[in-house]
Amino acid sequence: MTRQMTGAKMVVQALKDQGVDTVFGYPGGAVLPIYDEIFQQNDIRHILVRHEQGAVHAAEGYARSTGKPGVVLVTSGPAATNAVTGLTDALMDSIPIVVLTGQVPTFMIGTDGFQEADTVGITRPCTKHNWLVKDTNKLSEVIHQAFHVATTGRPGPTLVDIPKDVQFATGDYTPPAKSRTDHYRPQLKGDVAAITQLVELMEAAERPIFYTGGGVINSGPQASLLLRELVEATGFPITSTLMGLGAYPASGDKWLGMLGMHGLYEANMAMHDCDLMINIGARFDDRITGRLDSFSPESKKAHIDIDASSINKVIHVDIPIIGDVAHVLEDLLRIWKSRGRKVNKDGLKGWWEQIGKWKAVNCLNYTNSDTIIKPQYALERLEELTRGMDRYVTTEVGQHQMWAAQFLGFDEPNRWMTSGGLGTMGYGLPASNGVQIAHPDALVINVAGDASFMMNMQEISTAVQFRLPVKQFILNNERLGMVRQWQQLLHGERYSQSWTESLPDFPKLAEAMGCKGRTVKDPAELDDAIREMIEYDGPFLLEVLVEKHENCFPMIPSGEPHNKMLLGDAQATDAIGDDGAVLV
Amino acid sequence: MAALKIKKGASRKSAYDLRDPHAEVIERHTLAVVVDNEAGVLARVIGLFSGRGYNIESLTVAEVDHTGHRSRITIVTTGTPQVIEQIKAQLGRIVPVHEVHDLTVEGAAVERELALFKVAGSGERRVEALRLADIFRANVVDSTLESFVFEITGSPEKIDAFADLMRPLGLAELARTGVAALARGAE
Repeated sequence: MTRQMTGAKMVVQALKDQGVDTVFGYPGGAVLPIYDEIFQQNDIRHILVRHEQGAVHAAEGYARSTGKPGVVLVTSGPAATNAVTGLTDALMDSIPIVVLTGQVPTFMIGTDGFQEADTVGITRPCTKHNWLVKDTNKLSEVIHQAFHVATTGRPGPTLVDIPKDVQFATGDYTPPAKSRTDHYRPQLKGDVAAITQLVELMEAAERPIFYTGGGVINSGPQASLLLRELVEATGFPITSTLMGLGAYPASGDKWLGMLGMHGLYEANMAMHDCDLMINIGARFDDRITGRLDSFSPESKKAHIDIDASSINKVIHVDIPIIGDVAHVLEDLLRIWKSRGRKVNKDGLKGWWEQIGKWKAVNCLNYTNSDTIIKPQYALERLEELTRGMDRYVTTEVGQHQMWAAQFLGFDEPNRWMTSGGLGTMGYGLPASNGVQIAHPDALVINVAGDASFMMNMQEISTAVQFRLPVKQFILNNERLGMVRQWQQLLHGERYSQSWTESLPDFPKLAEAMGCKGRTVKDPAELDDAIREMIEYDGPFLLEVLVEKHENCFPMIPSGEPHNKMLLGDAQATDAIGDDGAVLV
Repeated sequence: MAALKIKKGASRKSAYDLRDPHAEVIERHTLAVVVDNEAGVLARVIGLFSGRGYNIESLTVAEVDHTGHRSRITIVTTGTPQVIEQIKAQLGRIVPVHEVHDLTVEGAAVERELALFKVAGSGERRVEALRLADIFRANVVDSTLESFVFEITGSPEKIDAFADLMRPLGLAELARTGVAALARGAE
């Protein structure tokens, strides 16, 4: 029995059959039939954004905080091109989203029609896969395949481009169970021989370290539980990339903190000096490795990744294991237990003693002030006053993002949403909207900088319309802080274009859009301001006027290895050589 | 710590058969990529090469299984062993790609290319061109009193050699198809 319906109705039916409850979107000429169907049903909630980039970031926030795919519906041409940044962001950070775009009718494709763009051509390199559907009979199957591809294997964004005549025409609906998805079946189980080799190394290692990433979170809650069991059972130290924060609890005693360019001293030193590095769902990104030829020179390296192309891409590893993190960790634990739960106790004792010495450096130390709010202090107080709450944090991109990663602690996965790979300023506010939609009763905070916030600040209007009580925590230094820091360290303190001469009055801006706002600049009033922000029942913008010239430390300068970290301004002069200067 | 005792190629599913990525020699590999014959699939493959800065020396594509909607793309590429491994892994990620075969390392393979040569001339040069074409087993597929079009099939090296010989004899135009390749043997 086949069901006949219009293409537009098929879109809504397919979304329902995929269990979609929320769509982030913006209507326009080429998707009007679908919006007409949205109007005539109540199962799927449509969130009207203010800009298509905001729709995609909101869907990313929704996806990252739930583990479910985020869905976007926008029109053709400029809407599709506006979605490109969000698609690239989701591709870099492996976030499952499905974007549906309208297209001019099939008979107009190629004629430079009004609001026509070659959407599948433009988005081919920034999606995991995309489709242009020219036949209504194939539409529903393609949408089901788009969900399958977005959520299977290494997650990522998919896009389905739907010409307007395909939406109007009638065709056969194919339910999910009858859609062909068998071709795309990434390998989940790791090679047992390789896992056994890794266990052998773990039994002998004197200075092991777990280096985990976003793959643990993408693998699902079971992966985080298995990781915690593995860490506690072995007693090995663990560090994580920016994307992996929360997979292992920040309050755990094996936790070394984030690693990388602005990672913690103890985490980076342990990575450099370890003799066994176990990479679980991370990808040796350049923010992590620093100088490649002196990256962790004395270690054997194992790499667990579901994407074969991540293995040996930049760092040669000794034990490659292709598979899903949860599946591999399950086998790893089973094999390690069956061989007698052995670890090198003497080696580990000395290793933890060494780590204790590095921790004693207290690398996040900063000079506080009682007259001006230090950004680090603002985040310390935010952490203190929100600890234990049902809290989700998004960020924009820059210094504030790194400080948030350093000073906020995440004890659960899916609680931390940030643009890691692409580094998209303007991600945090729309992402916070998406998170709040998925978790209506939770405390959702976007830690922002003044410059990043302004890149998508129109989305405050979305928050107000849908009564999303998101908290915008803006560290305002009237600078592009990270750009300014690099110009200070690298370009002779010539601060080219890295400050804004006419910032808005942020609380007034918030109020103009129906959001509550407040400014705080006295450290003594900070706690009160944060409490007001948390307790206010509705969207709230807190502008924190912070020290303008604070630099983010620790820092691995470009072109240097992990053990050449800068811990403060005193060390930073001329720290970056000519080779490092060409790196980003 | 004890040296690793990993047997290379222990399992088809393992990545142990990855080659030494430290070698910096540039190698030439012929890859056969079996894909769904759908719109845009060639653009995905070419976009991968241009987007990630890989080389394409030649590329041929045609449908090989009409009922199964499969096409075969044969790519000749160059790079260090690490880059070649990356190319194969990246090709494998493309959703409509079914199989990626590295014919250069998967045992013996035959490579063939077809080329058409237009050679214009008269007198002794014309006779000499015809004589060489005979030696190379090229066919004459068009002829006028001042020209020939030769059709020649062979390895890319053979076609290079024939081009070198034809150039002083009045080579006017040359069209090559790029390489088609298959593994030798029954499988």
